[in-house]
Amino acid sequence: MSSAVVSTSAAQGRPFLFDAELPAGVCSPTAAPKKPQLLSEIYPGGITPASQLKIRPAPQMASSGIASLDALTGGLPLGCLTEIFGPASSGRTSILLAALSAATRIGQFSVLVDAGNSFDPQSAASAAVDLDKLLWVRCGEDSPQKRKKTSDSRPQGRNGKTRHPAEERIEQLLRATDFLLESGGFGLIALDLADLPLQSVRRIPLTTWFRFRRAVEHKPTVLLVLEQQPIAGSCSSLLLKLSRQASPFSDATPSAKPAHAQLLTELEIDIEVVRLRLGSQNSDCGLPEAPRKPVSSASTTFTSATAWR
Amino acid sequence: MTFACIHVPNFPLAAVLRAEAELRSQPVAVLEGKPPLEKVLAVNERANAIGIEPGMTKTQAELCRELVLRPRSPMQESTAHAALLDGAQSFSPCVEDSACDTVLLDLAGMESLLGTLPGLARALHQRAASLGLEANIAIASNPDTAMLAARGFPGVTVIPFGKEVEWLGPLPLKVLFAEQPGSNGDQPQRKQRDQAERLLETFERWGVRNLRALAGLPEIALSERLGQNGVHLRQLARGAASRTLVPVEEPIVFEEGLELENPILLLEPLAFLLNQLLEKICARLASRALATQELQLTLDLDNQPGIDEENENFGIPSESDDSEVPQLKQPRYFVAHRKSTFTRTLRLPLPMLDARLFLKLLQLDLNAHPPGAPIVKIHLHAEPVRPRSMQSGLFLPPSPEPEKLELILARIGSLVGETQVGAVELLDTHRPEGFRMQRFTTQSAGTNQKSADQDSSGREPAVMALRRFRPALRAAVTLESGLPAQVVCASKKEVQGKVLWKAGPWRSSGDWWEREAWARDEWDIALQQAECVALYRLVHDLLGGGWFLEGTYD
Repeated sequence: MSSAVVSTSAAQGRPFLFDAELPAGVCSPTAAPKKPQLLSEIYPGGITPASQLKIRPAPQMASSGIASLDALTGGLPLGCLTEIFGPASSGRTSILLAALSAATRIGQFSVLVDAGNSFDPQSAASAAVDLDKLLWVRCGEDSPQKRKKTSDSRPQGRNGKTRHPAEERIEQLLRATDFLLESGGFGLIALDLADLPLQSVRRIPLTTWFRFRRAVEHKPTVLLVLEQQPIAGSCSSLLLKLSRQASPFSDATPSAKPAHAQLLTELEIDIEVVRLRLGSQNSDCGLPEAPRKPVSSASTTFTSATAWR
Repeated sequence: MTFACIHVPNFPLAAVLRAEAELRSQPVAVLEGKPPLEKVLAVNERANAIGIEPGMTKTQAELCRELVLRPRSPMQESTAHAALLDGAQSFSPCVEDSACDTVLLDLAGMESLLGTLPGLARALHQRAASLGLEANIAIASNPDTAMLAARGFPGVTVIPFGKEVEWLGPLPLKVLFAEQPGSNGDQPQRKQRDQAERLLETFERWGVRNLRALAGLPEIALSERLGQNGVHLRQLARGAASRTLVPVEEPIVFEEGLELENPILLLEPLAFLLNQLLEKICARLASRALATQELQLTLDLDNQPGIDEENENFGIPSESDDSEVPQLKQPRYFVAHRKSTFTRTLRLPLPMLDARLFLKLLQLDLNAHPPGAPIVKIHLHAEPVRPRSMQSGLFLPPSPEPEKLELILARIGSLVGETQVGAVELLDTHRPEGFRMQRFTTQSAGTNQKSADQDSSGREPAVMALRRFRPALRAAVTLESGLPAQVVCASKKEVQGKVLWKAGPWRSSGDWWEREAWARDEWDIALQQAECVALYRLVHDLLGGGWFLEGTYD
């Protein structure tokens, strides 16, 4: 904002007059206006001094649907990229469903771009997700474009090499996300990359994540990415690592009960905040100010219960 | 009483110019008749200036190189006439369809609503121009006077009450006997034309050449010589004839079409023509304060011998619009010339009226389902509906704009497949994967109040979700005492190993009364992976046999 003002004034040959710097009774030497025009008059909305440009206003937070996570981070930041990563059975999808449920129950429309086509509608219904308000994009290898392109069994990459099927899914996911971010109006856009091979996911250029971050900025939308390992680098404002607590399913402690008397009821999930960069919001949730470096001490747990418990 | 008349002079030519607006700056002639006996029916001013006149043969007209010749198109005239009616009915509910080029409106009581009469006349002229028609507008105190003035005077004419004789006086007698454009085949009309020619000849002998002279003839003497017909003509010339309008009550049909002289081979020029048709249809719908929720595009295809099969946009023309996968290869030569029709229907979740949006949606649809053969005729039909009236709440969360959303869904659909994007509808069954995809709209039910109340009172714990493998992974399972002890999955190598923990079996079955019966045992198992222990759902198909990993709990 400030740089634009300066360059415009310079281009027009006007003097730079700031409220505080204008001495009483002193007029501009070059122009001869009757009354000097102040920047505050040109921009009545106010001007942010350049010295304060580094302070980014804290984003609003949306509920994640999990009380302990909300207490830890304040929720999921709107207009920011949030990454949730962890191994299989670490509770990533539970958080996704909780967030979808929280968003749809307050009337927001949400999108799930499902690269692995692994979304289970019954689980979502059990988590009280309003399925009418959820747009599900199922990426797959049998896309119309692929059918149209060639009759070969596998699509070709730019250099003529055979492309991995996961790469086509990723391409679909990225293009669909571009469309959705451009459209706007969704409260939550979730990208599920958790089932794709890590080496394929890591090939997504960092510029793509920068583009997504810029596209979602200043929009009341949570951009949530599920993955096995963090891939968006510094583009994510919130990075959560999930892991399961000490497993009761260890071979070392065989259960005395027979299999038909066992029941999978719940899992205890650890959430660790690896990165939280939300500006002044940090002080509200008890975290250090501007934690650009990983935060090691912020963690919590939650219980993920089965629908039949 | 006030009446208005909209008259489109040279109607066959106007219909052609409406379809091809770029021809307005060129000399154009419209031909009629069967080859090789085609004759010039109508010409524009530029063609007239270079010596082309109606009645010339096609061969004579072709001697002029810069002249553009177009065959007469009943379809274009029909759509132009429908557009004319739309324009008139957007001003008055009482409209008489007097002729294909002439429409009468009853403007009684409209002044307070639509402004003064001159302003109203100009608005009618502008509306006709927006519909692609150059029309003459006349307003008078009776319908026949308005019609005569519209036929006789170019542009906009407003005849004040009581001044009819003065205004109509200079008009030639020909305006009383206006012919229907191109109607020379019917016996009654031919008889009528002969009668008109006899009357004109009689008036010519009397030295009566304009309406002022006719209006000045004595009524009784005229009646003795020409009968009631002569008296009626005198009344018309005096602007004193009076009658009631016969309002048109035609079903509202919004159709536009285009017959192509040369077949279109690619989708890009087709989009250009579709844009023209869509803009016309949207203008007509807007003139009636309507929108559309269904657009039907019908393309007449011409499968001629020797079509270039290398063209990507070509495929076998799909006879029905349900065919999802058009074939891209076809024989290089057809045995005989044949025609077929290609139809695509665009259904919208909400009433919309945006030509650009419709064009993009049709483009995406045609890209996914190419017609597959040269296109010789384009026909577009819009189903009219009332425009949506909706007021969003101030405190409701934002939702995607319906028009934008529809476009985004179409784009994503072309990316991942039409059936792969949408909302989920759960089916009333216990069968695994008991759901189906449906169209995603923002017009669903409002906020789930019960859920919102639950949220305010206290949250439920997070639900453990199943991440499904689609399709389910076939697994080799080693049993010990009838229980799974070892699992090996060939298609997913990381899923294998000793079963650390298991719960089950949970038996379920259903649809045994149908052919798609199912019965299965479900096991929840824990397998050691590289970093951690993962939980899977293992299924034993009791009917088909075999073990499958259905998904992982996450």
